[in-house]
Amino acid sequence: MNQTQAATAIIEAIGVTKRFGAQEVVRRISFTVPRGQCFGLLGPNGAGKTTTIKMILGQSPLTAGVLTVFGQPLPDHASAVRARTGVVPQEDDLDPDFTIAENLRVYASYFGLEGSDVDTRITELLEFVSLTDRADARVDQLSGGMKRRLTIARALINDPDLVVLDEPTTGLDPQVRHMIWARLRDLKQSGKTLLLTTHYMEEAERLCDDVLIIDHGAIIARGSPKTLIREHVEPEVVELRGANGRIESLLGDGTDCRTESVGDTIYCYTHDSRPLTERLQGTPELSFLHRPANLEDVFLNITGRDLRE
Amino acid sequence: MDLRVPRIRPKALKVWRRNVLVWRKLITPSLLINFGEPFLYLLGLGFGLGMFIGNMAGLPYLTFLASGIVASSAMNTASFEGMYSVYTRMVPQRTYGSMLATPLDVDDIIAGEMLWCATKSTISATAILLVASLLGAVLSFTAVLVVPIAFTIGLCFAGPAIVMSAFSRSYDFFNYYFTLVVTPMFILCGVFYPINSLPAALQSFVQVLPLTHAVALVRPLVADQPLTNTGLHLGVLLFYAAISYYLAVILVRRRLIV
Repeated sequence: MNQTQAATAIIEAIGVTKRFGAQEVVRRISFTVPRGQCFGLLGPNGAGKTTTIKMILGQSPLTAGVLTVFGQPLPDHASAVRARTGVVPQEDDLDPDFTIAENLRVYASYFGLEGSDVDTRITELLEFVSLTDRADARVDQLSGGMKRRLTIARALINDPDLVVLDEPTTGLDPQVRHMIWARLRDLKQSGKTLLLTTHYMEEAERLCDDVLIIDHGAIIARGSPKTLIREHVEPEVVELRGANGRIESLLGDGTDCRTESVGDTIYCYTHDSRPLTERLQGTPELSFLHRPANLEDVFLNITGRDLRE
Repeated sequence: MDLRVPRIRPKALKVWRRNVLVWRKLITPSLLINFGEPFLYLLGLGFGLGMFIGNMAGLPYLTFLASGIVASSAMNTASFEGMYSVYTRMVPQRTYGSMLATPLDVDDIIAGEMLWCATKSTISATAILLVASLLGAVLSFTAVLVVPIAFTIGLCFAGPAIVMSAFSRSYDFFNYYFTLVVTPMFILCGVFYPINSLPAALQSFVQVLPLTHAVALVRPLVADQPLTNTGLHLGVLLFYAAISYYLAVILVRRRLIV
């Protein structure tokens, strides 16, 4: 690694491995997250995403490898690293004994932040996540979306350089999701580095500059969403419903379709969908969807369609 | 397993302060319990039973009992807080999880919790002392020294309770500790009668139990008697506190930092 990389890398993982007994949940993964990037950590359930995040936060010791955040090795410098990091955990851990504003104030105190500066910051953050009028509400009076927004506000209380978000939008309605996406883009604009895990490929595609796809603890693909789509799947997809048994004749000769069948749906991945879509115009009884390939196609293509957990 | 010796840092006070803030919200019911329960004990047992007993070990029974209840209540309060409340914050509420995303470490969390348990013990012991003095059971102003002693008793019992929390998979588990540890001490360690009335073998056994030493410190201060073996009694309490703090930190690390 050269000097400039060292200066701008926020997270640097080299051969990071985690074993629980005989089970290897993270296998020699290496990656670099440069300053100011939104970096996505993607993978099916049980792929090792959350374990990796825990190691980055110093909440889980490494079995092997070297992991540094802000140039400080973990887990030895966990306290110092966490002082400059904001965390949105997968599961809600807001303090139910406090109101919304109190949650933020008490959390700030864990960072050694106190006084009128904190009150100003709380006002700003509540505005940022549109919870200003809820400042005195109790946590159990909040909807799932509000809790998430509060958790995001809480993660920003120390004005962190790195924000780690573990599935920040799971279980939220589209309005809240879009709002959170907009806020995450704001954070990136303001120069913060984001590390995001998600099951929603659309989310990763919209937000992430670079993604790492891991499965069974190992890295299986990396790159920008656009690059991954270009490298791993054909550019166009035609989804056909109810065409089982007729697909041969529909595809005919001269098409380069790679097909995958899931239940009653056939996915045709192709470089040129025109021959197929033209033929489909003549079969109004078949419903089909023609769309550009996306990150989800990449994900399914390289991690397979088998159910996990 | 991470066996490193824990560091005690000022950050622990942030954890303590969080608990103070929550307690302040529920101050009325907590104080009612703190004052109401000993009042019932002292009234019922002290006056009721005391009527038949008269003096015990040269003291009015109310004084004898009140000083014992101060010590045992400090034990009970810290044990309850170190189990039910600590477990709630550690497991269902994930409060420690959220703290571990900040510069706080397990070392700070456990130190803060032990300080808080000891604070609650102090509040409870002070409440009993006040009730006892209203009932005329406190015979000397040296009783104010019971306040820091109660804090030490709290530290001594907080650690073992947090150790139990670190092992526990559910609240039911704590019944074992209460039935096998807390209740026997409550009955055997000199709260209700002097330990020299126990069979000889049992007398040496209760000498290793911390509540015996807690009672031995509190009673003379309340009853206007000279303190004896102060260093030994304090030493036993602090020994239990230190060892259990270390154990609790190791075990909570094992549970949360995996």
